[in-house]
Amino acid sequence: MTTRIVELRRGILKKNDELAAGLRQRFMAAGVLVLNLVSSPGTGKTAFLERTLRDLKARGLRVAALVGDLETDNDARRLAASGAPVRQINTHGICHLEAEMVGKHLEGWELGELDYLFIENVGNLVCPSSYDLGEKIRVALLSVTEGEDKPLKYPTMFNSADAAVITKMDIAEPCGFDRELALKNINEIRPGIRVFETSAKTGTGMEEWLNFLVKERGRAR
Amino acid sequence: MHELSIVSSVVDSVTESLAAYPGARVKEVRLRVGALAAVVEDSLQFCYGIATEGTPLAGSVLVVRTLPVRVHCVPCGQDVEIESLQSFRCPVCGEPAADLRQGRELEIESIEIEEAEEAVGP
Repeated sequence: MTTRIVELRRGILKKNDELAAGLRQRFMAAGVLVLNLVSSPGTGKTAFLERTLRDLKARGLRVAALVGDLETDNDARRLAASGAPVRQINTHGICHLEAEMVGKHLEGWELGELDYLFIENVGNLVCPSSYDLGEKIRVALLSVTEGEDKPLKYPTMFNSADAAVITKMDIAEPCGFDRELALKNINEIRPGIRVFETSAKTGTGMEEWLNFLVKERGRAR
Repeated sequence: MHELSIVSSVVDSVTESLAAYPGARVKEVRLRVGALAAVVEDSLQFCYGIATEGTPLAGSVLVVRTLPVRVHCVPCGQDVEIESLQSFRCPVCGEPAADLRQGRELEIESIEIEEAEEAVGP
């Protein structure tokens, strides 16, 4: 018997990374800006996305969404009310979306006819951080009811985000939300990140968010 | 909670590499895992025993090397290790540092195998 050490130096998620790289190329070639929305369950990703889809459509932009959940198509039905094409991805127990699931659910969609594609990830602030979906912008959301220290508790996710959105700003005051502290914590984990303070209900902060989306799409082309 | 799928990928990947070493037995699998990779070692170890059962990796040892987070500090002009995951600042000058240089790794570094004796011809 001979013992031998074999150097492998191989990424464990190589398969996902390769698929994601392929998707990213397709998205860029089609000129569609793709965003991956991540947060805890209950942050209000779907309400925020409903409003975003509606407002972008009102500006004459072409939008679509993929929405991930363990079970049910409730979110897809909510989002479809905006009139945008929406598809539900049911992971049946898997705690995150993977590039393969995204690729499969894009079948039949003409990406060149879209300006924006939003991917609403499974509500989970841990696992989705490891899986690239080919997105251009990863958006981490945090609601005013969750505690200002959420970014400190989940640095793996907040550090991987390209933009952050605070949701439910309309109830910030009754919740005793400490805005300065939340902004400080987000910046401690991801220095210099763009933060949007929004309410899907009242529309607060949506204008700034939409302008950001329009500018980012211009940059991506 | 995705450690089982991570470990399953490790098993598949190592099994694939073993094709070049027929009859070999795996003694050890060594991983490099960044502190920001969102993977817990205890959970990896727990899943490893289950995922390797009935595979050429059964009975092997999983060694996880954790890599600290390193960022590039612009004012200091060098890569530095941050002191805590709750603060992405240069420990030398205290400035915020957004440029991550190490910490997201999730890879199989190497495997230690015991090769079967080559059959001796007549």
